[in-house]
Amino acid sequence: MKRSGVDLLVGLFVLLGFAALVFLAVRTGNMSSAFNMGPTYEVRAEFDNVGGLKPRAAVRSAGVAVGRVTSISFDNQSFRATVTLALDRRYEFPKDTSAKILTSGLLGDQYIGLEPGGDTENLAGGDTVMLTQSAVVLENLIGQFLYGKASEGGQ
Amino acid sequence: MTRDFLVLDRIRFGYRDREILSDVSLRFERGRVVALIGGSGSGKTTILRLIGGQLRPRQGTVVFDGHNVHELGHEALFTLRRKMGMLYQFGALFTDLNAFENVAFPLREHTDLPESMIRDLVLMKLEAVGLRGAAGLDISQLSGGMARRVALARSIALDPPLVMYDEPFTGLDPVALATIAKLIRRFTDALGCASIIVSHDIDEAFAIADHVYLLSGGQIAAQGTPAEMRASTDPKVRQFLAGGIDGPIAFHYQGRALADELGLRP
Amino acid sequence: MNGSLLAPLRMLIEFVAAVGSGARFFLRLCVLGLASLRRRRLVIDQIHFIGNYSLSIILVSGLLIGFVLGLQGYYTLRRYGSEEALGLLVTLSLVRELGPVVTGLLFAGRAGTSLTAEIGLMKAGEQLDAMAMMAVDPVARVLAPRFIAAVFCVPLLTSLFSMFGVLGGYLVGVEMIGVDGGAFWSQMQSGVDWFDDVGNGVIKSVVFGFTVAFIALFVGYTARPTPEGVARATTTTVVASSLAILGLDFIMTALMFSAY
Repeated sequence: MKRSGVDLLVGLFVLLGFAALVFLAVRTGNMSSAFNMGPTYEVRAEFDNVGGLKPRAAVRSAGVAVGRVTSISFDNQSFRATVTLALDRRYEFPKDTSAKILTSGLLGDQYIGLEPGGDTENLAGGDTVMLTQSAVVLENLIGQFLYGKASEGGQ
Repeated sequence: MTRDFLVLDRIRFGYRDREILSDVSLRFERGRVVALIGGSGSGKTTILRLIGGQLRPRQGTVVFDGHNVHELGHEALFTLRRKMGMLYQFGALFTDLNAFENVAFPLREHTDLPESMIRDLVLMKLEAVGLRGAAGLDISQLSGGMARRVALARSIALDPPLVMYDEPFTGLDPVALATIAKLIRRFTDALGCASIIVSHDIDEAFAIADHVYLLSGGQIAAQGTPAEMRASTDPKVRQFLAGGIDGPIAFHYQGRALADELGLRP
Repeated sequence: MNGSLLAPLRMLIEFVAAVGSGARFFLRLCVLGLASLRRRRLVIDQIHFIGNYSLSIILVSGLLIGFVLGLQGYYTLRRYGSEEALGLLVTLSLVRELGPVVTGLLFAGRAGTSLTAEIGLMKAGEQLDAMAMMAVDPVARVLAPRFIAAVFCVPLLTSLFSMFGVLGGYLVGVEMIGVDGGAFWSQMQSGVDWFDDVGNGVIKSVVFGFTVAFIALFVGYTARPTPEGVARATTTTVVASSLAILGLDFIMTALMFSAY
């Protein structure tokens, strides 16, 4: 095979390969990890149970990504989990916003959903979200269900 | 002797269970063809590998062009090898290159010559072995004799002062045989290189050799010019030259007596 | 000293020595591989032999696996009423696991064996020896370009495999079975993270590339220079590469995808 023929085929192969990689990265995945949010401000929230929430999980409001979970730690005084959120500076939320731990889809990861309240003042950097709802824990749910069934049966 | 280009002095070599060479001393001069003859396994090819530095002797030295081969570092050894050409028994041509590229290989790897010069040199080498027209052929398209001639052209591509030929005559038809022999002699005379031929083929080797060493039992059993060897009365030499099946070089591999093996003795 | 204790001890020492020589060979290939990039012609030719010639098996296999994932995935998800997540299932399976692993295995079988056989035959024909006698290091000239070419090809082949798999899953799931096309892509896009999933898959494929390339070349280089020797060497390459890929896959999956 002529030199130029080989070069052409190899070049084609390399380009196809890279195109496939780009396709996978861009068309099949979301770029949320690389989502550069620009300047952010930090807010804290305490939960009884964070469930399967992981650092770098998304923070969404009305389904749109507005921030990211930066760290999760255990508060030895209150015995609750403290989650630090980095919110995009473009978005401001009222002080009585509630934070819930939700699951995206059936097979998805857990994320934080923010529901705005009605307060006229907004959350600022360093503030704490007061209203929180922990993750749903399956064992507790089953326990409630059984307890409910038992009390029904008792009547 | 200062004319000695390559000297092997009191070489001892063997593997864990077997000693192959015990006290072998050889000398080679430029412009001379030396033949190493001997039975299979007598260590002839081993000597070539010792010269090239691929094997290390247990005792003794190999001095090539003033350098002790086995004391050289890796880089220096590789530099020294550029002065050695080697023709392998089956050619050892690179199967993924064609004939031209094979001969060009040493030139491309070791020189910075421009492509046009390399082309000229390669074609001249191929012309010398009579295969200039076959330059574009793939290795698979060459007959045994042609492959060996291409390999010969490759081994002299850099005009080395030492060329080693490992069984160059084995397996060739009479015409190819005579051709190779003539080429070896011609190159030695023209290039002034030292040529070492390892061979079983007495007639062809003797026809072109200036000096002969007969190896047997790990030692030099006899040496001399071809004429001296033919006239020798040494039984080992006689047996080898006459092709006698049994004699000092035994026919039977060592073992029990046949009668015992067959259970015939009472 | 007890004679029966000596034999296993010697085996252990030989084993450790073999591992050591293997590691040194690997490092040598890496260093010489980088050096051989200067001789682009050699590397490009090898990319052609190793990569282009593997394309057909990789692409077809990718497509077929995509078909199977589409089918199997659909039947499984239907039980939980989650057919719409088919795109997500297919893509995650491919990108995280099947892409790197199956490509690695196919590559070991196709290109790995051909490399081993080629090197083994060159050794049997005294070509490597002749090269060394011509003062050219055969590892640098013959093995290293093949090494770097293989390492380069495997991630590209893996990406192509995964892409064709996704398309295969789409063809079966959406075109054939009737899952909603929009849901197929949108669920996938929201669930597949380009760094965690695609990126980790690429990392895996690079590791597998190194593994197969090293094993194929090392086994070929140390093969017995006889026909049986070369035949056994090709078998060794496939077996060792496959086991290595599966073992490394487990380790990497544990490192990458377990909850931190």
